[in-house]
Amino acid sequence: MTAEQTELTAGEIEKGLRGHLDSVLNTAVEPDQDLFKSGLVSSMFAMQLVVHLEETYDIAIIGADLKLDSFRTVQAMTELVLRLRAAAAGADA
Amino acid sequence: MADKPKLVKCLVWDLDNTLWRGTVLEDGEVEFPEEIRDVIIALDSRGILQSIASKNDYDLAWEQLEKLGVAEYFVHPAIGWGRKSDSVRDIADKLQFALTTIAFIDDQPTERAEVNYSHPEVRCYPAEDALKLTGLPEFTPEFVTEDSRRRREMYQAGFRRDAEKETFNGPDEDFLRSLELVMAVKRADEVDLTRVEELTLRTSQMNATGVHYSDATLRALLTDPDNEVITVTLADRFGPHGAVGVLLLEYHDALWHLKLLATSCRVVTFGAGSVLLNWLVDEAAQAGAHLVADFRPTDRNRMMDIAYRFAGFTEEPCDCLADLPALAEADRDVKRLHLVADRRPGATTMTVTAPALAADRAVRAGARA
Repeated sequence: MTAEQTELTAGEIEKGLRGHLDSVLNTAVEPDQDLFKSGLVSSMFAMQLVVHLEETYDIAIIGADLKLDSFRTVQAMTELVLRLRAAAAGADA
Repeated sequence: MADKPKLVKCLVWDLDNTLWRGTVLEDGEVEFPEEIRDVIIALDSRGILQSIASKNDYDLAWEQLEKLGVAEYFVHPAIGWGRKSDSVRDIADKLQFALTTIAFIDDQPTERAEVNYSHPEVRCYPAEDALKLTGLPEFTPEFVTEDSRRRREMYQAGFRRDAEKETFNGPDEDFLRSLELVMAVKRADEVDLTRVEELTLRTSQMNATGVHYSDATLRALLTDPDNEVITVTLADRFGPHGAVGVLLLEYHDALWHLKLLATSCRVVTFGAGSVLLNWLVDEAAQAGAHLVADFRPTDRNRMMDIAYRFAGFTEEPCDCLADLPALAEADRDVKRLHLVADRRPGATTMTVTAPALAADRAVRAGARA
């Protein structure tokens, strides 16, 4: 994988995630909106989110990262994706 | 095990001169032996599904089956002019069965050869063997339970459910609510355990926590006051899903130890695992106990891992873990996931009936004191 391919900004991830959520939830979500509190997504949907993030961003979300809080908002998910991608890139280098 | 032939899960029938005597297109009327009806009903009651691969006019043949009163016994009938090997393949695909579990019966040697040419793993029988089928070991499951007797009904309910889901436009959770799901959690008896055993044997896809307890072990724990063996069944407005889960819990002073939690992969999409965990967490909270769940990660139980984590279980240490016996050498890869139980709201997507574990435990403790 080249550096160009791996370089994704927070803005791009956030945009991609909001697009994904818009299409599956049929409603627009704000970056800091609590998805679980607002009743938008069930814990089952959260599981699908895990798989979506892993496949779209080529990351593995395991162990302590697999907690509901990491998926609570678009911002939290963006942070998670950035952190795991950075860790993976660091490990490759 | 090795000398016992693999059970047939679906038998595919030819019609003309196999299921009935005569050719419906040419003769108009056909003769249907009562002995064949008995075979169809017997296989159905054993939980073996039945389908049709017939070169025929669909409307005419189906009308005949309805007139004979057996149409309801067949799932995904393939009546048309295509190759039978394709029909058999389609039926297996739709049922998500391996071809090794499909059998085919036809009076024409060429049709059997054609099916076997493409699919050597499909077991083929000549029409004259029809009355012998019920005596063959591959058509004789070890267990016949309430769920086997209702298997076809459960599949047919599944088809209607899938059709409805395809046309449903809205959030998943709204769809789930529209199903009017009812989860019945109950303390197991001998009969319930047989249903669970049958489920594990049939699918070998129980979304288990990776830790195995034999049927004999579970049976021995049925009467132990410090252990709970609990089974879960699910139904919705389309019909029953049958036994879908089993749970083994051991009470300690400060913690409840979830030693086994297995749910059928059929109900994962309904969020059944999370609903079950939330109920258990709430009960433990009422008893003031921590929860510890044994979990061995495998390549098949990722959804269960996610369900535990999202329910709040972590690998962080806690003093209460000292109460548990050390893991056996063979179980060194088992993780002990821990949670300080807190009260949880009831499920919003289904109705749950369940025993009051915390209250019952308090009553027993009171009786002992």
